Amino acid sequence: MEFRYLENVVTLELDGDRCTGCGMCTQVCVQAVLALNDGVAYIVDRDGCMECGACAMNCPVAALMVRPGVGCAWAVFTDWFKKKNVSSQEGSENIRS
Amino acid sequence: MGWIETPVGRVAGVSTKWTPRDKLGQTLVRMGIKRMRYTVATGLYAIGEPDFDSPVLVTANYKLSFDLLRRELAGRNLWLLVLETFGINVWCAAGKGTFGTSELVNRIRKVQLATVVKHRNVILPQLGAPGVAAHEVKKATGFRVRYGPVRAQDLPGYLDNGMKVSEESRRVRFPLRDRLVLTPVELVQAWKPSLVILLLLFVLSGLSRQGFDLHAAVSRSFAPILIYLGALLTGSLITPAFLPWIPGKAFSLKGTQLGLLWALFVSFTVASDWSGANLVALFLLAPAVAAYFAMNFTGCSTFTSLSGVKKEMRIAVPVIILSIVSGGIVLLVGSLS
Ligand code: SF4
Ligand code: SF4
Repeated sequence: MEFRYLENVVTLELDGDRCTGCGMCTQVCVQAVLALNDGVAYIVDRDGCMECGACAMNCPVAALMVRPGVGCAWAVFTDWFKKKNVSSQEGSENIRS
Repeated sequence: MGWIETPVGRVAGVSTKWTPRDKLGQTLVRMGIKRMRYTVATGLYAIGEPDFDSPVLVTANYKLSFDLLRRELAGRNLWLLVLETFGINVWCAAGKGTFGTSELVNRIRKVQLATVVKHRNVILPQLGAPGVAAHEVKKATGFRVRYGPVRAQDLPGYLDNGMKVSEESRRVRFPLRDRLVLTPVELVQAWKPSLVILLLLFVLSGLSRQGFDLHAAVSRSFAPILIYLGALLTGSLITPAFLPWIPGKAFSLKGTQLGLLWALFVSFTVASDWSGANLVALFLLAPAVAAYFAMNFTGCSTFTSLSGVKKEMRIAVPVIILSIVSGGIVLLVGSLS
């Protein structure tokens, strides 16, 4: 049984030129989004990514980038209200790399 | 439990058995009755009689996770390093960064782990990876982070297998059981706002040109209250249970479909003699309310991305609001005319 969520939305980016093929990202991803091929990581299942940020966090050479966050409607609601109160803070979402 | 002597002093031993109290705690937390501050003290613990060579497992100070972990470790000798996550589970704490690189590095130093064990490995649950940069921990402490399996029950196999994680136990599954375990929390959270809504529906039902009429309220509030409660259960319980089999990807869309089914069911059974206004309101309200509660289940699910949820909400939230407001107006006009 496989669960799928919306397609073509995730912020995951991989810079294959930087990758050293250590395999760390394939180990930490619970969604099997990444795999190694000929000693270089590549994205197998982009839409499976849930933007947890584990791969980018654990890549020693910063070859992966993703805007990490929790896919939770309630958290987004809370965020909307906060943003309204603290004026616009668009640039504050940090890109983890 | 007893104490274990180490070069850096005594370390508390923990039992791998659960007491009735631990079981009760598990249930209350799952029900959402006891949410906050279910913690254990941070620091180093001993399971069995560990020595210089025993593995070190790292976990959060959320008692629920701690209990699930120690139960799986019966008959083994190892160290447990508990990080300060303020009573939050590993996955959520890693997302927030409390189960993170600096907490792990500081805790390793504080308990003088390098003196307690000879090897230089710490085993973390895989779900802690979003918060911890393994290479930085290594740089700062010399300890190599190994990511173990996702679930505590796969730990014995992992430890016996020379610390190899099978493909299968790297993945997060999300079986029916796990989904249902999460629904009571949803319901408990919906309880208070729901009371307000039910009261509001009751009062609105009693309104007429002559003012508020208790009789009318009692007889006419039945319809909207039934619609609401059914839609609440549909969105927060039935949709999660049938999640993988309902067509569509967005949770709100899944909830809408079941909400529609609920409305159809009502209209063919109890509502066969309802007024036109009540019927229109039924079809405006039930799918929207179900969609709302289904959408809130995204936070419990294990595969939704923030970008996806934001996209879903940009469309779903305005539609839900519009639908509920117009449904409310129809109900109100219906009872005033
Ligand atoms: S962000 Fe998480 S889910 Fe996405 S590829 Fe990286 S580790 Fe996998
Ligand atoms: S963690 Fe980074 S360097 Fe290692 S395989 Fe993945 S992308 Fe390549």
